[in-house]
Amino acid sequence: MEQYETERLSAAQLAAMRRSLTNGRGALSRRSLLRVSGAGALAVGGAGILSGCGIPPAKRESGAADSDDHSDKEKQLTFSNWTEYMDTSEDGKSRPTLEAFTKRTGIKVKYTEDINDNVEFFGKIQPQLAAGQDTGRDLINVTDWLAARIIRLGWAQKLDPSLLPHAYANLSSQFRTVDWDPGRAYSYPWTGIPCVIAYNAKATRGRKVDSVTQLLDDPSLKGRVGFLTEMRDTVGMTLLDLGKDPGKFTDADYDAAVGRLQKGVDKKQIRRFTGNDYTSDLAKGDIAACLAWAGDVIQLQADNPDIKYAIPAAGYVTATDNLLVPAEARHRKNATRLIDYYYELPVAAQLAAYINYVCPVAGVGAELAKIDPELAKNPLIIPDEAMAAKSHSFRSLSSEEETAYEEKFAKLIGA
Amino acid sequence: MTVTQAPPLSPAPGGPPAHKTPVRRRLVPYWLLLPGILWLVVFFVLPLVYQASTSVQTGSLEEGFEVTWHFATYWDALSEYYPQFLRSLLYAGTATALCLLLGYPLAYLIAFKAGRWRNLLLVLVIAPFFTSFLIRTLAWKTILADGGPVVEVLGAVGFLDVTSWLGLTEGSRVLATPLAVVTGLTYNFLPFMILPLYTSLERIDPRLHEAAGDLYARPATTFRKVTLPLSMPGVVSGTLLTFIPASGDYVNAQLLGSTDTRMIGNVIQSQFLRVLDYPTAAALSFILMAIVLVTVTVYIRRAGTEDLV
Repeated sequence: MEQYETERLSAAQLAAMRRSLTNGRGALSRRSLLRVSGAGALAVGGAGILSGCGIPPAKRESGAADSDDHSDKEKQLTFSNWTEYMDTSEDGKSRPTLEAFTKRTGIKVKYTEDINDNVEFFGKIQPQLAAGQDTGRDLINVTDWLAARIIRLGWAQKLDPSLLPHAYANLSSQFRTVDWDPGRAYSYPWTGIPCVIAYNAKATRGRKVDSVTQLLDDPSLKGRVGFLTEMRDTVGMTLLDLGKDPGKFTDADYDAAVGRLQKGVDKKQIRRFTGNDYTSDLAKGDIAACLAWAGDVIQLQADNPDIKYAIPAAGYVTATDNLLVPAEARHRKNATRLIDYYYELPVAAQLAAYINYVCPVAGVGAELAKIDPELAKNPLIIPDEAMAAKSHSFRSLSSEEETAYEEKFAKLIGA
Repeated sequence: MTVTQAPPLSPAPGGPPAHKTPVRRRLVPYWLLLPGILWLVVFFVLPLVYQASTSVQTGSLEEGFEVTWHFATYWDALSEYYPQFLRSLLYAGTATALCLLLGYPLAYLIAFKAGRWRNLLLVLVIAPFFTSFLIRTLAWKTILADGGPVVEVLGAVGFLDVTSWLGLTEGSRVLATPLAVVTGLTYNFLPFMILPLYTSLERIDPRLHEAAGDLYARPATTFRKVTLPLSMPGVVSGTLLTFIPASGDYVNAQLLGSTDTRMIGNVIQSQFLRVLDYPTAAALSFILMAIVLVTVTVYIRRAGTEDLV
């Protein structure tokens, strides 16, 4: 086609066209292009525009009115969750508990595994929430400190307690009271995530590692100790080791804990601060001992009998991942029904058997034993009383504290 | 880019006179540019303006952020994080130099000596791109594992003693040290060096080499006087394509490094996502951009080429 058209043009026209492209007045010389784009840039970069784009203050939302909720008209909901956080059939094609929910209620669940990291996920949804827009998600699952922040900023919807009979009755006492969501008005836990000390017995030559002090001081572990980039786990465990309660500590306590860790960095005792990637290092023995999440430990132990864990005498920190309904979500009622569904004992047991994290549902043991008696006995899934007694949670932080503490922690880990 | 002069054509009777190009024709090039320009405006200029604005704002998530023309953020950010800036430039520079040293001979070989193996070798150069950046970087954790064969050999030949003395490694390990980070950077950006080098080397007429030989130039002289100058565009664009992304990279420092190897990319990421200090993060990004721009401009001036590939 191009060929045909070129042939139709006279030689003169062709020449003119070439000239206009290369050296005519309309020629696209670099200079003229720069001139045009420079003018554009000046116009766009004008001070007025610059000051035009701020971030509006967080909007307080006190439980949206029911009229905003589209649940009755639209039998559906969108659920954003972490990967590997839902029971899946052996062929990986179906999710039994979710499908049973749809069958029973007629509510279609659009399930997406788009959360990999709390801070990144917040970075993703923050602009929409700040602008008062729907994120397209009716239910999200985030770690407690982020849930606390979202609630604090007024970006979560209040849940209707009348739709949560099972959740209210079965939530285990360990997770019932949290200072950032009194009475669980906005959130319900999906899992508990104990932070414990894990070690590779082969790499420590059979030596047991069971305290943060040992992690920080034992010369035989030098350069082979890992801590987590999750501030609340690393600092919380250190606070406990210093005899402070992560549930109520002061600025001075925080500084003391960070100072203690800094010493470990300075004398090269600590090899790295890691996210989830510590698991491969620990399995290989490059990291001999580290702070670890209980769920990972169970999985690592299944592949490698050398991986052991210890609960420090000083106690340990348990974080939770929590379900909440973001502001402006269209299907709050459907989402609330789903939360309640996962607090029914058989459903909770089915989920716990698959994902191997602490189940926040009280009395799930008998149901879990029907599926797998071994799992029901594992204190990392159903904590026994001794273990539950040692569990602590990190207190909620004000906005200023959060910024100051994260800043100090970022310095510690080098960024 | 070479500009071909239009061949002189005699004007046909009735054809439009050359000096009076119709407006519509004059606009043609701009119409052609429109999609690209729009793309750049939406995905480059607007975010840039937004970040520029963020960098002079103050506030918090609760109270919102407002433009207060607080330029001190720039100075604070620079004085606070200049070690990470210097480290980024140092690591990126070292990685670029290593890429050039490793990539040039390989590109030369592929261009002139590979014969029928040429395409296969090129595919091998690109092959790592078939897996994700993250996986490739994580693979180095296995390669450089403590007590693994690579580290054993390096230790046995005394290499680690030297690097340890230089502060590049830590005792008998390579992982979680500067050496590991630079190695990772070098590996990840090597193809960006090899491909432009190859394209500019491949264009060199082999007969020039023969001619140099005929004029009694030794191979070394031929390389110095003929091949190297002609391949300069490749060298320049290769170094730019390696240095610029490497100086902003944070994945390698995150996965292969430790607390003392954090680069400026890590700081920006942490300020933006963890500390939620958006103004500082934006200011740091602009400072990095300015530093890279100045470095690159000086470099291109000195390298004396505007002819990139």
